[in-house]
Amino acid sequence: MKELKILGVVVVFTLILYWGVEPFAHSQMHKHVEGHDFKYPDLPALKVKGNAENGKALVAACVGCHSIKSQGMAAPMDAVTSAQTYGVNPPDLSNMGALLDEKFFAHFLLDPAKVTKSKHFAMPPSAGSEQDAADIVAYFKSIAPKEISPKEAYETACGRCHANRYDHWTQIGEVPKTKSNIKTGVDLDALAFKKKVGMYENKLADYMGKLPPDLSIIIRARSEQFLETFVENPQSQLPGTAMPRVGLTKEGYEKVKAYLEKTGDPSKPKREKVGPWVIGYFVLFAFLAFLWKKSIWKGHH
Amino acid sequence: MAHFDENARPFSHKWLNERLAVDTLKRVLSTEYWIPKNINFLWAMGMVLAATFGLLLISGIFLLMYYQPNTQLAFDSVNYTIMSEVGYGWLWRHIHGVGASVVFLIIYIHMFTGIYYGSYKRGRELIWLSGMLLFVLFSAEAFSGYMLPWGQMSYWAGMVITNLFSMGGLHLNGLVEWIRGDYVPGQAFLNRFFMLHVLLVPLAIIGVIVLHFGTLRIPHVNNQDGEEIDFEEAAELYKAGKVKESKVIPFNPVFLSKDVFVMGVYFVIFFYLVFYHFEFAMDPVNFDPANPLKTPTHIYPEWYFLWSYEVLRPFSTNVGLIAFAFAQVIFFLLPFLDRSPNVAPASRRGLFKYWFWALLIDMIILTFMGKLPPEGIWSTIGLVAALTFFGLWIALPIITSKEKKL
Repeated sequence: MKELKILGVVVVFTLILYWGVEPFAHSQMHKHVEGHDFKYPDLPALKVKGNAENGKALVAACVGCHSIKSQGMAAPMDAVTSAQTYGVNPPDLSNMGALLDEKFFAHFLLDPAKVTKSKHFAMPPSAGSEQDAADIVAYFKSIAPKEISPKEAYETACGRCHANRYDHWTQIGEVPKTKSNIKTGVDLDALAFKKKVGMYENKLADYMGKLPPDLSIIIRARSEQFLETFVENPQSQLPGTAMPRVGLTKEGYEKVKAYLEKTGDPSKPKREKVGPWVIGYFVLFAFLAFLWKKSIWKGHH
Repeated sequence: MAHFDENARPFSHKWLNERLAVDTLKRVLSTEYWIPKNINFLWAMGMVLAATFGLLLISGIFLLMYYQPNTQLAFDSVNYTIMSEVGYGWLWRHIHGVGASVVFLIIYIHMFTGIYYGSYKRGRELIWLSGMLLFVLFSAEAFSGYMLPWGQMSYWAGMVITNLFSMGGLHLNGLVEWIRGDYVPGQAFLNRFFMLHVLLVPLAIIGVIVLHFGTLRIPHVNNQDGEEIDFEEAAELYKAGKVKESKVIPFNPVFLSKDVFVMGVYFVIFFYLVFYHFEFAMDPVNFDPANPLKTPTHIYPEWYFLWSYEVLRPFSTNVGLIAFAFAQVIFFLLPFLDRSPNVAPASRRGLFKYWFWALLIDMIILTFMGKLPPEGIWSTIGLVAALTFFGLWIALPIITSKEKKL
């Protein structure tokens, strides 16, 4: 039939056009970086087995800078003071055992700057031997919670450098609920918090070279492949970037991604729910319109 | 003096007829508005365009209720407020974004249909010219709308496009500042593009759509064979009940029933894109907030502007601008550059057949190259395609004046 032939021509040209400006153009514009499934093949396998009991004793050195809240150990300094001291607030270690790759974690303790591939990483080497490193890792694995929420994963892995304003997250924590003075509209507590965030961000920007971006909607600004390979090894996508390799496991990354999807693309579940109904409606519409057309055109040819 | 029946019930048929001539209106605009029978689904693209414009208008009205034309607030009003706080805000935005992209696909199909069947000649020149005017207005509408989310692409596309008005070697920087209201895109810039997008350009579009419909009335719609139909005679035949013999059909309900079916199929595809495949219409780069200190690695317009962007890009500034200006106006001149008296599908018009397909393929190649980084082989192909584009338009009057009369 002639009309179908014409339709075929239109469809073919449209698809060629789409292929050229979307998949093909993007494949040429962005270099392809091969991911390694968060296995960190550049780091040698550990030759020793860790002992959590020994690790517990060694961890005494960590809490000079870090908190381990799940074990009742508070941070020695607040976030802003920490940033003034180190450039960034050292993370709470409660969930590290659950999020970090074991091999990465141990090598990280031996030489943080080298393993993170970050030029000026604030943390000094913190394990005397591979055995010590393995023991510390074993300890953190022993205290790690079984289930970690996407938000907790984000806070631990990203949240001290990257705000997420769509989830009211700042680098120094959740934006607190405050009340403004009803007569003047002035909210002193909110202003005080803003000032703290500002002081922290200034220090952080000095430490990193620039202020790390807010990640509220990064899930739509970068491709899935980019985010995954970038988090696995920032240097592979942005050579020279100050962002450290954080050493997440594949599962840890999936958690972070789930959080970024929640803040950056919250309509995804709704799209999947509403889509079939709308499309179904128009399929029915088109079918009825076809019957109408047939009845109207009867006798015309 | 018109006659008004004092006893007619208000708003009754008679009452309305005396005041509005509803019967005449209905007859003239729909039931006796004659369309050739010998058409295919491509003739429904006009109504598909009208429907898409309707979707853009309605979704735009909803978006306008929450959008904030302020450089500090615009990005989050779109990406946070509308996308996650407003009920179904994401749906309106996706309809608007996908609609803005798809409307150009349909415009191009509509245009190339006109070119293929020669529907811009022999009394139909004004249809073509008003249609081209609509194309320009839709381009302005798309560009001004693209500024509003105030993302990286909004900002930098705004910077690049307004820079064109310095006219290269003429260095009209004062004109650029006047257009921007500032030295760089900023609050004044965003506000005026907001005004253009939601008021002035849509008003003009609606006006020109009416004109476009008006221009169709006397020459009538073309048909698949470019046949000259005596519409009055054919209409009499149709009205006499000889619908099979008549070469025409009334707009309502016969033509409309086919239009509505085509629209139904179109909406199935359209909403599939809205729900499951909208990335092509919403560039990732524009999900980074505007940052005057950081130029994106690749700056490119949306796909529908790529061919004219590529016509500009391979040349030095001044030559490029002249080339760009040429590309913008040349389609307007089509009815006058085509010297052949034939109104027929391109397949029957000798060399014009090759001209048509060459133009289509050349513009697709230009579109591809417009997005790719201008390096190595891509810039060479882009240059050749741009030169081919000019060559084709220069060749058009020559090959069409040699065309044999059918």
